[in-house]
Amino acid sequence: MVGLAASGGWLRRLLAAGFLLVAASAWAQAPSSCLDCHSSLDPPKKVTAEQFATDIHAQKGLTCASCHGGDPSKDDDQAMSKAAGFRGHIKRSQVPELCAGCHADAAYMHKYNPSLRTDQLALYKTSVHGQRLAKGDEQVAVCTDCHSVHGIRPASDSRSSVHPLNVATTCSRCHSDAARMKPYSIPTDQFAGYSVSVHHEAQAVRGDLSAPTCTTCHSNHGAAPPGVASVEAVCSTCHVFQAQLFDSSPHKAAFAAAKMPGCVTCHSNHRIQHPTDALLGTGPQSVCTNCHAEGDAGFKVAGTAKEKISGLEAAIESADELLDRAERSGMDVSQAKLSQTQARDALTKARVSIHSVTVERILQDVQAGTKLAEQNLAAGNQALADRDYRRWGLGVSVIVILLTIAGLWLYIREIEGRNRSRPA
Amino acid sequence: MLERVRAWLDERVAWNQIAEFLSHKTVPLHRYSYWYFLGGITLFLFGVQVVTGMLLLLYYRPTSNEAFESVQYIMTQVQFGWLVRSIHSWSANLMVFTAIAHMFSVLFLRAYRKPRELTWISGMVLLFLVMGFGFSGYLLPWNTLAFFATKVGTDMVGQMPLVGHKLMIFLRGGEEVSGATLTRFFGFHVALLPGITTLLVAVHLALVQRQGISVPPAIEAEWKASPAARRDMPFFPNFFLREMIAWYVALGVLGALAALAPWELGTKADPFASAPAGIKPEWYFLFMFQTLKLIPAKMWFLDGELVGLAAFGSAGLLWTLLPFFDREGARFGRKWIVGAGIFALAYMSVMTVYAYWAK
Repeated sequence: MVGLAASGGWLRRLLAAGFLLVAASAWAQAPSSCLDCHSSLDPPKKVTAEQFATDIHAQKGLTCASCHGGDPSKDDDQAMSKAAGFRGHIKRSQVPELCAGCHADAAYMHKYNPSLRTDQLALYKTSVHGQRLAKGDEQVAVCTDCHSVHGIRPASDSRSSVHPLNVATTCSRCHSDAARMKPYSIPTDQFAGYSVSVHHEAQAVRGDLSAPTCTTCHSNHGAAPPGVASVEAVCSTCHVFQAQLFDSSPHKAAFAAAKMPGCVTCHSNHRIQHPTDALLGTGPQSVCTNCHAEGDAGFKVAGTAKEKISGLEAAIESADELLDRAERSGMDVSQAKLSQTQARDALTKARVSIHSVTVERILQDVQAGTKLAEQNLAAGNQALADRDYRRWGLGVSVIVILLTIAGLWLYIREIEGRNRSRPA
Repeated sequence: MLERVRAWLDERVAWNQIAEFLSHKTVPLHRYSYWYFLGGITLFLFGVQVVTGMLLLLYYRPTSNEAFESVQYIMTQVQFGWLVRSIHSWSANLMVFTAIAHMFSVLFLRAYRKPRELTWISGMVLLFLVMGFGFSGYLLPWNTLAFFATKVGTDMVGQMPLVGHKLMIFLRGGEEVSGATLTRFFGFHVALLPGITTLLVAVHLALVQRQGISVPPAIEAEWKASPAARRDMPFFPNFFLREMIAWYVALGVLGALAALAPWELGTKADPFASAPAGIKPEWYFLFMFQTLKLIPAKMWFLDGELVGLAAFGSAGLLWTLLPFFDREGARFGRKWIVGAGIFALAYMSVMTVYAYWAK
């Protein structure tokens, strides 16, 4: 009985699979008079079956008629008749509303992807793109400009034009086009700057998909340039500690009074480089001297901060060099090397503390790191002293061993000489 | 005073008889006599291992949580701990080297011939035990290299047909190399192997004592042709004092190695980390390791690694039974054996060097 029941279950599963296969092939072969013609038309009317098959909508069972109306099961005129609800070419100004017909319908979208947001249109209307479109500017980006059309892939697909790694290139198609941007009088070097930035390096070189791209700071559907007041809010979503320190610093009020955007003033916006200590202090690459001049309090703080941080870095490097030398000599300095990572952590903290522009706060971290670096330097010196002690010990031991060997050899010669001289 | 002690000892352990025996014991003196020192040096290094091993036991803790830290403590905090541990590690390697050299010297001087078959066999078993010491001791510091070398080594044991898997489980104390393996290897290293080795060393020395020191056939023939050329040297004190010089030299070399190149500890083993690139066993297993790497995965219908292990196993067994092939009128005569010895030495050397240079 058990065997029969088991084989029955197996049979049922086979029949079900067969039914699904037949149903799927029937759907795949469903007649589509749209593609019959449009696959042989010239662009932009050309749409091939292969191209449309890659589209997420086609994969979810939607057809040409879902957006363009009409009845693809009929021939030419009947398929594209008003009676069949044919809408034909969708005007650019109508694209957002058309897409939102489904994408703003939470109940409908729930059937396909419950986690997908349904506020794209609402956000779009707040964006510079959406506002300009509402005013009749059809040159601005609409849904299809970023997501493509007839070959739309989900953002999680690395081939999608809106995958994190492709977003900057997609935006640059318009924003790096000087002719296209001319009427708006906005710069076109954002992509060039971003391409050499630390954020791009993190994303493209290190493969960190959470690293910022255009939409991280400007938003995607609600894309707009952050205002002077909100720059800090944008950066602080990732750089939390720096933002907190900046908020409590004298710079906060001073920047606001001078209408200077927070982080961007020192770090720039799209072309953000990895910050080095050269940005600090009063040297030629310093950003502090952009506002502070010799004699004012900020100039002094900048100089002190640079001096202390450079001092800690030098102390860590000296300890590193000494510990490496001891290690190459075969000495175990693993504890001190572990402690060096803590000293380096203190250096990183001190560099973050710069955003407080308060000498006391910076010194707190510098002193913690310096104390560790000094201890590690002492450990390195002790290890080298131990090494020298061992070598001295070896020298003395070798002398003792050689003397013993010489004594033994002399003793052997003496007893063998005595035996030879003894009469047989 | 010395005489009174001697008389006291004589009354109890027949000291004078022992002294008498020692005074008559001789060592043949010829152009190959220097090779006789190798066995003594190996014995000395074994003694060094016992003494330094006992000192290490005072601080070493055989658990996966504490082993690495305890060796680190020995190396950095214990007075002269670095010296003891470095000497123990260097002496282990030198002992393997001198034991192998001793084996080849006995082979090429043909000292294994009748009636010394048992001496050769006990020596071969001692060589395998020394390698067992090396394999088990290598894991004890519980560092990354040792962990993965043990994993690879015990995997190879697991490849053996029929008993392989069970033997691997026995060695590891489970399916994977873990704290249980460490405890087991510690037991092998400080109790089982030393016990068997000490017993076998005693047997080996007793056999050498019983049969006297072998004279190479070529020298024997020369002495037969010209009996006046026969020379020997009293074992005590003449040979013994020379042996002591060799021991002092070995001690000096050990001290120099320990002071100038202290044995590294590496990083603590992480069983969940992936194996580091270029993992290799100790140098004396390298020729086998490299051979197994070069053997194709499949040889006809057999597993390549299994074929390699079977070949090494058979070679080891035949090597141990070598004296039985070198007999009057035997099919595999003297030239075959010397040829096999030269081939084995060349093969081991070339493969070891190749393994060092290979990626």
